[in-house]
Amino acid sequence: MTTRTITYREAINEAIRMEMRRDSAVILMGEDVAGGAATHLEEKGEEAWGGDLGVTKGLVQEFGRSRVRDTPISESAFIGAAVGAASTGLRPIAELMFVDFLGVCLDQIFNQAGKMRYMFGGKAKVPMVIRTLYGAGFRAAAQHSAVLYSIFTHMPGLKVVAPSTPHNAKGLLIAAIRDDDPVIFMEHLVLLDSSGPVPEGEYVVPIGKAEIARPGKDVTVVAIGRMRLFAMQAAEALAKDGIDVEVVDPQSLSPLDESTILESVKKTHRLVVVDEGNPRCSVANDIVTLAAQQAFAYLDSAPRTVTAPHTPVPFSPPLEDAYIPSPAKIVAAVKAAVA
Amino acid sequence: MAEITNDKLLWIYERMRFIREFENRAAGLFAQGKVPGFVHLYAGEEAIAVGVCAHLSERDYITSTHRGHGHCIAKGVDIKAMMCELYGKKNGSCNGKGGSMHIADVDKGMLGANGIVGAGGPLACGAGLTAKIKGTDQVTVCFFGDGASEQGTMHESMNLASIWKLPVIFVCENNGYAQTTPSRYHCAAADIADRATAYNMPGFIVDGTDLFAVYEAAGEAIARARRGEGPTLIECKAFRYYGHFEGDNLSYYTEEEKAGQKARDPIDKFTKGVIERKLLSKDELAKIDARAKEVLDEAVQLAEESPYPALDEVLTDVYVSY
Repeated sequence: MTTRTITYREAINEAIRMEMRRDSAVILMGEDVAGGAATHLEEKGEEAWGGDLGVTKGLVQEFGRSRVRDTPISESAFIGAAVGAASTGLRPIAELMFVDFLGVCLDQIFNQAGKMRYMFGGKAKVPMVIRTLYGAGFRAAAQHSAVLYSIFTHMPGLKVVAPSTPHNAKGLLIAAIRDDDPVIFMEHLVLLDSSGPVPEGEYVVPIGKAEIARPGKDVTVVAIGRMRLFAMQAAEALAKDGIDVEVVDPQSLSPLDESTILESVKKTHRLVVVDEGNPRCSVANDIVTLAAQQAFAYLDSAPRTVTAPHTPVPFSPPLEDAYIPSPAKIVAAVKAAVA
Repeated sequence: MAEITNDKLLWIYERMRFIREFENRAAGLFAQGKVPGFVHLYAGEEAIAVGVCAHLSERDYITSTHRGHGHCIAKGVDIKAMMCELYGKKNGSCNGKGGSMHIADVDKGMLGANGIVGAGGPLACGAGLTAKIKGTDQVTVCFFGDGASEQGTMHESMNLASIWKLPVIFVCENNGYAQTTPSRYHCAAADIADRATAYNMPGFIVDGTDLFAVYEAAGEAIARARRGEGPTLIECKAFRYYGHFEGDNLSYYTEEEKAGQKARDPIDKFTKGVIERKLLSKDELAKIDARAKEVLDEAVQLAEESPYPALDEVLTDVYVSY
């Protein structure tokens, strides 16, 4: 399969396009996923924006307005409609523009999508994907920058993935669209413009499998989403000090690939978890608990976490930069772990 | 008055009688401690579910409410499996995992009772969207209460269904109370049906205790939806015999309200109508009455005798695969 360098944004677009070509039951809906509905642009078969940040560009030209649907700003209605459509034979992809907006549609995600199969005794399935932007670093301030994947991870019935590279974004999105359960697909705002090698054809990155981004023997650094990139930078710096870091990218937060994390911890005997989310009831703490409960005897030092502080995301650029976990903070945590 | 065949009239009476019998039994069984949890009964509103579902096939969908038993029975969900579900037994409609408030049968087009008031609106839009995109003539009926009419989800859903011309019929069952709070307090509009104007869809008010009125209005709205002309809002004014849930002593009803209920009883009104117009005989109705008792006797016996789910089933059915 030919591989070329494309962006995370393009990789997501390609995954949607390929799955929409493959399966007519796949539809896309959300605010301005095409844009310009009912204007002169629709008459010409064109789009206005192709998504707020251009992720879904060009899809309406290929698949038309029936399958690429602009919605009103009614997240409860269209996320819920995706649940209803999924339970009656479609495979909808619904775009929740920013994850911070989950407050206006959480019931449809938590009580409907997540519980329907269980409440109905296994007699329903809800094959849908909610794509949503998350993460700080865009100067978008408190209501357009949160992480919140820990909330979805807490909820039974949902699967949660947070890809960190263009390659994994494409493969995980294809896996998510083909999955028969509701999947929350977390797209990091700052990663949209990042680029990397991506095969041209169809491939699946399995949900529930972690990736060892860098093998190492001294410390396990579990890093989620954009934090994988920072962990890799930290690992390069630490290598100069003779500290060999193993970077594990969980990719899927629900299900979590516990065995890959535990095997790594049992090998390195030290654990640092890097999570851009707020610290309380976080994925970071969940992974620390996993190691404490199942690999306690292997640990040579207390597991550490590097997270955002327990605050909303600030606007002022220096404050936001200080808010986000950095390679330097990861280096400090690793040094403390090996001290 | 729409023409209704003799067979359809018999089906209508049977469904209404089954609902009443089911609800009266459920009330008694709850009081005896045999049915656990929250139970919301539909007695008094039978003409709505039955008058609407008389126009639907198994391929059509409905979304329901916390007061969902009547919708299930009108849509053809197996009554014995329903009673087993109320008991939390293994052979219930949802294998005992849903209970009264989440009772469902997707194969019969019943997308679930719902513990969240107003949650069915978006789901109904989605089922309607499936039909529209696949190009079928299936319709979806969204049953919701007067309480749900104040939820944002219902406003969003009616707007979405209208702009997308979805084959969805919004049937508001206005039984006068959102729990104990009367609609004259919680609703700013004189009538909930007035809101149809804001969503650019037809809105009708019907007497929800008059089977024939419901049947006629629903028939027109469903035919319109099947023709691809979009949604309709029908407000059915009715009442409930029982409290919001079992255990509610109805202290908020006035004496006049209580006294007036019997004259509005939807089954009595239907019976009187079909006998006076010589459409059905007393003998035919009596046979159905007997059959309803028999079916419910069997349902209760089956529920009593059936096993609970095995304890390891607490872990199953969360995901298709995980």
